[in-house]
Amino acid sequence: MANDSVSKTFIVAFLLCVVCSVIVSTAAVSLRPIQETNKLLDMKKNILSAASLYEEGTDIEAVYRESIEAKIVDLSTGSYVSDVDAETFDQKKRAKDPAQSVEIENDLAGIGRRSTLASVYLVKEGSRVTRIILPVHGKGLWSTLYGFLALDVDLNTIKALSFYSHAETPGLGGEVDNPKWKALWDGKKAFGSQGQPEIAVIKGKVDPANSHAEHQVDGLSGATITSRGVSNLLAYWLSEDGFGKFLNRLQRDGV
Amino acid sequence: MANDVKKVLFGPLLNENPIALQVLGICSALAVTTKMETVIVMSLAVTMVTAFSNAAVSLIRNHIPSSIRIIVQMTIIASLVIVVDQILKAYAFEVSKQLSVFVGLIITNCIVMGRAEAFAMKNSPGLSFLDGIGNGLGYSLILIVVGSFRELFGSGSWFGIQLFQLGTEGGWYNANGLMLLPPSAFFIIGIFIWILRTRKPEQIEHEG
Repeated sequence: MANDSVSKTFIVAFLLCVVCSVIVSTAAVSLRPIQETNKLLDMKKNILSAASLYEEGTDIEAVYRESIEAKIVDLSTGSYVSDVDAETFDQKKRAKDPAQSVEIENDLAGIGRRSTLASVYLVKEGSRVTRIILPVHGKGLWSTLYGFLALDVDLNTIKALSFYSHAETPGLGGEVDNPKWKALWDGKKAFGSQGQPEIAVIKGKVDPANSHAEHQVDGLSGATITSRGVSNLLAYWLSEDGFGKFLNRLQRDGV
Repeated sequence: MANDVKKVLFGPLLNENPIALQVLGICSALAVTTKMETVIVMSLAVTMVTAFSNAAVSLIRNHIPSSIRIIVQMTIIASLVIVVDQILKAYAFEVSKQLSVFVGLIITNCIVMGRAEAFAMKNSPGLSFLDGIGNGLGYSLILIVVGSFRELFGSGSWFGIQLFQLGTEGGWYNANGLMLLPPSAFFIIGIFIWILRTRKPEQIEHEG
């Protein structure tokens, strides 16, 4: 059969597709369990590092079980929900389901919809809560950044901000993962004197003499849009529509 | 035969470097070279994909209808890239997070496709495999040179080890921000090509 005949063309194309799809699906299916474990472990690691409990070599599972308590919050009221299992709670999936999510009106973070419920993590030392970790996400330049914001028990002082998933340009926007930049967040104040979200990533370096310095973080050079994205997503998640009601309730009722 | 192997394997390092002579695969050379760690993983990934796609294309080269040969090569390359991406996500999770989209973009790396079309379609699978390794190494060489300069002068470190104390941390070295931006890779590759072509004038293209 000549190579260029119609039937041979179809046969080659068909066989090639079958072989390639078998190879691809075998790789995807057989490696999925390891990838899932990696992702979950990475998530716990990120929660722990937002809690400043992670160092190289930490037994992630053990420390996580010991000091982190996951809770589910109804964002429209700010109170805890007890009939949802925090272990299997999937906020990303819920945000896509019209029955379990709402459209965001003032969409600063560029995410369109958000789940009506959100997970929060309480960091505990014994029975005392030492930090509150809020999951946040929003658009950067190329991708949606997913991360954790850790607040001190005064619900204003930021302890840490870290992103566990994004696809920003390595070396530029990807520097949101840079430990030196992340260290800048420690001690910043999230809210202004009127209780409005004030924290922002600015362009260039923060001038410490500036009266707003405690609400400002150095911009990432060469990554203006990623920096702006980080500011916007924090502004959204700290607002009334985000975790604002939850934080107000904690402020009132105590942590 | 031994001569052939040597030429196929080491020729692409300096004499027929895919980036310096053929100026292929520039895009990823700009994108992933700010850090040595990502450079090494990217180099390995591209080398593997080029070698195996060359071997696979060469294996079926006598049966590929010429009307669909490009799409056949693309299918093979795309499948291999997905496999590499999956392996990285499973066994090198941290690095795969940093490389993010660029692993997937190996599919569009002109070197892979260029070698499949120019070499693997005409040569035996064994030789094609070696040609893939050779061109992967040639690509890696440039990435390593570019990455070394960019990480050293851009962040004062090499493979994450701090060599120059940065001014921002009380040291003497003021990091060169340009080095962290993609255009700096253009300059370094340009200078590399200039030096290479001064040493090997036969690589200079003549007009007309």
